[in-house]
Amino acid sequence: MNSYPISVARHALLALPSGGLWWPDAGLLCVSDLHFGKSGRMARRAGLLLPPYDTLETLARLSKDIEATKPQKVVCLGDSFDDLQAARTLSANENALLHQLIDGRDWIWIEGNHDPAPTHLGGLHQAVFIQDGLTFRHIADEEAQTETHAEISGHFHPKTKLATRGRSISRPCFVTDGQRLIMPAYGTYTGGLSCGDSALRKLFKAPAIAILTGDTMVGVPVPPNAMPVTKTPVTKMTTTKPRSKPT
Amino acid sequence: MRALPHKFIDWFSGRGWSVHPHQIEMLDRADDPALLLIAPTGGGKTLAGFLPTLVELGAQPKPGLHTLYVSPLKALAADIKRNLSAPIDEIGLDIRVEDRTGDTSATRKKHQRADPPHILLTTPESLALLTSYEDAPRMFKGVQRVIIDEIHALSESKRGDQLMLALARLQSLCPGLRRVGLSATVEDPSAIAHLLARHPDPCAILHADPGPPPDIAMLRTDAPAPWVGGGAHYAIPAVLEQVKQHRTTLIFHNTRAQAELFFHALWMANTDALPIGIHHGSLSREQRQRVEAAMVAGTLRAIVCTGSLDLGIDWGDVDLVIQIGAPKNVKRLVQRIGRANHRYNAPSKALLVPANRFEIVECFAALQAVLDRDLDGDPRGHGPRDVLCQHILITACAGPFSADALFTEVTQTGAYSTLTRPEFDDCLTFCATGGYALRAYDQWQKLLQRPDGLWQLRDPRSARNIRMNIGTIQDTDTLKVRLRGRGGAPLGEIEESFAATLTPGDTFLIGGRIVRYEGLREMVVEVSKNASKTPKIATFMGTRFATSTQLSSRILRLFDQPDWPELPRHTADWLALQRKVSQLPRNDRLLVESFPHDGRHHVCIYGFAGRNAMQTLGLLVTRRMEQQGLAPLGFVATDYATLIWGLEPLRDAAPLFSPANLREGLESWLAGNAVMKRTFKSSAIIAGLIARNTPAARKTGRQATFNSDILYDTLRKYDPDHLMLEITREEALRGLVDFGRIEEMLGRVEGRIDHLQLSRITPLAAPLLLEMGRVPVEGAATERLVLQEAHRLMAQAGLSQATFAGTDTPSVG
Repeated sequence: MNSYPISVARHALLALPSGGLWWPDAGLLCVSDLHFGKSGRMARRAGLLLPPYDTLETLARLSKDIEATKPQKVVCLGDSFDDLQAARTLSANENALLHQLIDGRDWIWIEGNHDPAPTHLGGLHQAVFIQDGLTFRHIADEEAQTETHAEISGHFHPKTKLATRGRSISRPCFVTDGQRLIMPAYGTYTGGLSCGDSALRKLFKAPAIAILTGDTMVGVPVPPNAMPVTKTPVTKMTTTKPRSKPT
Repeated sequence: MRALPHKFIDWFSGRGWSVHPHQIEMLDRADDPALLLIAPTGGGKTLAGFLPTLVELGAQPKPGLHTLYVSPLKALAADIKRNLSAPIDEIGLDIRVEDRTGDTSATRKKHQRADPPHILLTTPESLALLTSYEDAPRMFKGVQRVIIDEIHALSESKRGDQLMLALARLQSLCPGLRRVGLSATVEDPSAIAHLLARHPDPCAILHADPGPPPDIAMLRTDAPAPWVGGGAHYAIPAVLEQVKQHRTTLIFHNTRAQAELFFHALWMANTDALPIGIHHGSLSREQRQRVEAAMVAGTLRAIVCTGSLDLGIDWGDVDLVIQIGAPKNVKRLVQRIGRANHRYNAPSKALLVPANRFEIVECFAALQAVLDRDLDGDPRGHGPRDVLCQHILITACAGPFSADALFTEVTQTGAYSTLTRPEFDDCLTFCATGGYALRAYDQWQKLLQRPDGLWQLRDPRSARNIRMNIGTIQDTDTLKVRLRGRGGAPLGEIEESFAATLTPGDTFLIGGRIVRYEGLREMVVEVSKNASKTPKIATFMGTRFATSTQLSSRILRLFDQPDWPELPRHTADWLALQRKVSQLPRNDRLLVESFPHDGRHHVCIYGFAGRNAMQTLGLLVTRRMEQQGLAPLGFVATDYATLIWGLEPLRDAAPLFSPANLREGLESWLAGNAVMKRTFKSSAIIAGLIARNTPAARKTGRQATFNSDILYDTLRKYDPDHLMLEITREEALRGLVDFGRIEEMLGRVEGRIDHLQLSRITPLAAPLLLEMGRVPVEGAATERLVLQEAHRLMAQAGLSQATFAGTDTPSVG
């Protein structure tokens, strides 16, 4: 499998094309912002009748990553469900697929701002998870900008755009400065925030790089140029602005 | 029969006018349920349409809406309002005329719904919006006539389909409604009559005197046209000379980009400082209004313009029309020529300026077609169902409806007269539940059926979103351009995809001046003035029309001649040489040349199916060649040919053009291509699956925006028979994919393929090597672009790819 090596606080990690993060030494696979049940919530809240296959598609990609990496531990970095009702209303088929993935490994649900505690599913529920000095949480801790703090978080759905002559290419991305890593959203219909946005940029001590997901994984400086991502190929609702404080 | 009252006759003679026969005829047949008038530009068409209304309303009209006037342009509605005030005031009629468009203020609009004028001037979108209100029956009560201006322009697009559906709605509200269509000269008036009339009502077609044939020729220049390119800059001295010899000249271009570049070059050469302006749809309203005002005042000697001046607004005393570049479509050329000499019975004067050697042939063919009055146009097929979906939602906004009654009403529009009940029901189901195989939204459906059988919105608040998305115009997302600084002057708009390729410091042309890109602020592109002579980035993109089927076949017929004494010598020699070393393409055969050139094997396919179809053909054929191991590297497509280059020579062309193979390619792998995704996106927006993603909506964050590409991929994977994919396949027969033209080509060729294997490049293929817009064969190319750009950026930032990489690189199992 194609991947991009990243080091966070000297731990060797691999960014995967799907937007997952694989830590071989710890046997740990991390994914962020799965947003299961998003299309259902859009129908309930906004009256949009989108193709209701996003959860199946996200599960299909996740099971591929699990198949390839065979992790002992899976950490879901929060906003795994679009809201609590979404967690309760997964179809029988979706539930079965999810349980197949959970069974036989340590599964850690980090609480997000959308889904404080989907407790009826298996696995552990934690606000924060720490392994070998790496802190996994949903939203980056802005206060903890010390030399030694090492942290993996999600929430912002970072994206970046490359302007090449004649066409521009926009993709979800990982953003890291070597101490802090912000994960792209893994969910199929999830939204995006330009990694050049100040809400994201202020979390990093320059220089940070953005690593594009997709077939060709490359790193680019943040921000690559002055053009912010204006065409988000994903969703962004006022109610779920990635910028908003956790509720 | 209705006589023209004395007061009207006096008014006509007071102006020194005589009433045209077709104006009298319109009055005679004023009671017809539907009536279509075909008249050339300047034929008193609009007055002919309104005369029966003015006579019926008379001096003391009853309050209430009598006549609706619908035109494709907002500006036209305002112009008509001005023009109507002359007869109304001077004859002394107490008739209230108001316009209602997207530009009308909210208070004014509210007032109009409470107390409608006698004559309301509006656009298809504003009318659709009006029919979505619950009080529509009250407002439209008693409407007698509806006048559709420039119906030829509307009938070519989904705007016309939407308008006719709205008329079906109106007809149910006002059973006595009479319909009048006003059209420029078209190739098939009965097709427009079919769209206009309530099906199956008859519709009489009246023809005004077409006037004398136009005085049209190709511009003679000292320099010959270049081999390729669309700029026609070689002709600038000759064009300036013509401008000097005429009062006012309109200089038409096919794209905004070409208009900008030509205008810039014209100014550089304009040593006499003749007052020349530029007008196109991307300029700011202020800029356009300034040019329009100067035009009406007669202070401009020439205007460089695009299709934004195509429709009937009367801008003043134009005595020459110059068309730069091949017109692509004879009908549009005729309408443009009509802009010159806006007086009845005077010949219009026009000059064609081919931009390159091949366009000389095309211009000549177009010129003959104009003189033969042989117009072109492609039949549109039945009404598109994405528009029907939107109509169902609009109907639901106005109140509960019966599916049976709506189906009957819809099939009374010409375009939907062949719609079947199952097809209609699919659309209704899509609107109600999304129509997915996985029935997920039964609880949250958008429309629900009540116990009494009527359908209504589940949540009345959703009406707001539906109304916000009314319309079928395919806006490309655009961004405003302003000069940097407080209160910087607005210059116009550029396409977002073009803006995305700009880096601070890049210079480009807009409104005839060179500006420097500074940055993007709150969805506005900020620029500064730049004194450099040449813009760094050529210019922004624009729509490019494909050469029509009829014009293409005229060109092929021209090739059949033994010689071409009527063409310039260099062009005739070029064609003769092609015939000598290879052969000229023919209508009933497909010419395919293959030859080595510059270390690559080239294949040139002379399909003459128009730019979009030739592009699609390039995608399909290179895919096939890839499978055959011919290693194609890329291709370029023009209106008449596709040139492919690769590593291996082509030995047998026939299998590449097997209709079954091509259709299979469209169904399978082309379905994943970007052009299909764009086709899906526009239908998904019209049908209401996703909201219009306007910069304004994004700025306020009011609407959820979705990546339609992801939705499309998801649907293809999990729900391949979904209605939206069916609609996308139907749309692919025209527009960007234009597979219908490939079918047309296969039909006329019937397997007769002439594959010539030659030792060197041919005269007809040579210009293609210099064409812009080469398409790399997909796959590796995109990824390579990403890598190159990333390396460049990292190097520039002083970062290496390994900056944050671990020391040892673990691999994934």
